[in-house]
Amino acid sequence: MVPIDAGMRHHLRASGLRKSFGGSEVVAGIDLAIEPGECFGLLGPNGAGKTTTLRACLGLTGHDGGAIELLGHPVPEQARAARERVGVVPQADNLDPDFTVAENLLVYGRYFGLRERTIRQRIPGLLEFAGLSTRADTRIQTLSGGMKRRLTLARALINDPELIFLDEPTTGLDPQARHVLWERLRQLLAQGKTIFITTHFMDEAERLCHRLAIMDHGRIIAEGAPRELIATHIEPQVVEVYGDGAREWAASFGNQAADRCESTGETFFCYTRDADPLVHDLEQRGGLRYLHRHANLEDVFLKLTGRELRD
Amino acid sequence: MIAQYLAPPAFSLRFIHVWRRNRLVWRKLAIASALGNLADPMLYLLGLGYGLGAMLPEVSGMPYIAFLAAGMVCSSTMMSASFEAMYSGFSRMHVQKTWDAILNAPLTLDDVLLGEMVWAASKSLLSGLAVLAVAWALGLVASPQALLVLPLVFLAGLAFAALGLIMTALAPGYDFFTYYFTLAITPMMMVCGVFYPVEQLPAWLQGIVQFLPLTHAVTLARPLMTGTAPPDVWTPLLVLVGYAGVGFYTALVLTRRRLLE
Repeated sequence: MVPIDAGMRHHLRASGLRKSFGGSEVVAGIDLAIEPGECFGLLGPNGAGKTTTLRACLGLTGHDGGAIELLGHPVPEQARAARERVGVVPQADNLDPDFTVAENLLVYGRYFGLRERTIRQRIPGLLEFAGLSTRADTRIQTLSGGMKRRLTLARALINDPELIFLDEPTTGLDPQARHVLWERLRQLLAQGKTIFITTHFMDEAERLCHRLAIMDHGRIIAEGAPRELIATHIEPQVVEVYGDGAREWAASFGNQAADRCESTGETFFCYTRDADPLVHDLEQRGGLRYLHRHANLEDVFLKLTGRELRD
Repeated sequence: MIAQYLAPPAFSLRFIHVWRRNRLVWRKLAIASALGNLADPMLYLLGLGYGLGAMLPEVSGMPYIAFLAAGMVCSSTMMSASFEAMYSGFSRMHVQKTWDAILNAPLTLDDVLLGEMVWAASKSLLSGLAVLAVAWALGLVASPQALLVLPLVFLAGLAFAALGLIMTALAPGYDFFTYYFTLAITPMMMVCGVFYPVEQLPAWLQGIVQFLPLTHAVTLARPLMTGTAPPDVWTPLLVLVGYAGVGFYTALVLTRRRLLE
């Protein structure tokens, strides 16, 4: 058993978490600790073990090793009690297609054992939060992808949770819908909610998360604040060079002048502490398309998890 | 891992909210649903009862249509519970992912399956009730004793719902249910005493039908509806309780294996 005060400090704590499916270890001994009020991001390529980790933390799938404590409750033993104070936005939409927008919230609130009156009092506020006030009696099928996601978020708030799990919440949304959702999540953080989000969108993680962990092959390979990770793991400047001639340029100049060069197809990424010589050379030669920018989280992610496809 | 799947069921009263969710959907389609409940058994009851019945002398000491009425109450219960647990249950589990959404709330799969089983039995109770009401209107029901058929129908509904949920746990798609209907439901309909007394069957087959749940539902329902004392109450009840209990546990283990990975 974990001491009580540890449960008070962390909303979620996992230590030495392991989970195997059919002989292969999907989660290979990870430690997580999420503090009240923070937005914690779990990043990783497809198949890294993010969703399995999240499901184990909710007590939806058993784990083979390690310990989980969610809002002071050991999981999976007391997962039911823990989930009373948790909201979940799953990866795939599973709104109830048989119901209207408002009925979805009503029926979901009942699952938490909330009183009918309490639920009905909360619904207008949640609809407003989701920007769906005029759609209360609309059937789910007629909503756009963004509306469905916002309703799923509103549904996850019906029990006024302290901690909200979001599993790749903006996958498949257009840029407008993503920005609206991020804005809503920031509102929740401002209200003091704690957020645990998995994503493979680096801009999402960089914008929202106070802290994040990068996961690959079932392990956490880096952890920290977004800027910290960038500062620790990668050169601050990037010059991307595209198209015909990029390869020759890299071979004759880029590889020597930069600290490190990577390529995918016809694009070369030159990482460096001082980009001036590279940019100067490219300007003088002319004819090569290039982009000079600051290193970002995606560069860290690709450096740590590699550029190979994950299918 | 296997020990987790085999753990005994742990229920909470939250299963009621799963039942209420399904009832709310049903209420929107209640009229169409009630017509569906009635149409099929009515066709059999009127078509066979009057058509075939006119050519038959009494069966087991009563007019054929009265004999058939008890069989129809039970077979329509079986159909209704099976359809709900399989086609509708599979939609909610696999297609709409309704169960996944519920499992993120403080409910367990045990609660969800119990809610589904009780719901399917509730719907089958309505089917049985509809046929019973028609039989009563046609003057085929002897006494208020027939109301005792209702708890029996509910119990039989639980048993068939549990069997249906096993199929749902195993089904890769809707087509899978055709096997169950062809290999289990239709044969039971034919040999379990719905249309004729099981005593008409060859001895070896009579032995087999004693293991089938529909036989026991019909055995008990018929005397209750015709106003006589059932010769044996406990055997049919125990068989139906057994099917419901063992069937539910089997469905639970299989569904845990399917969903909790």
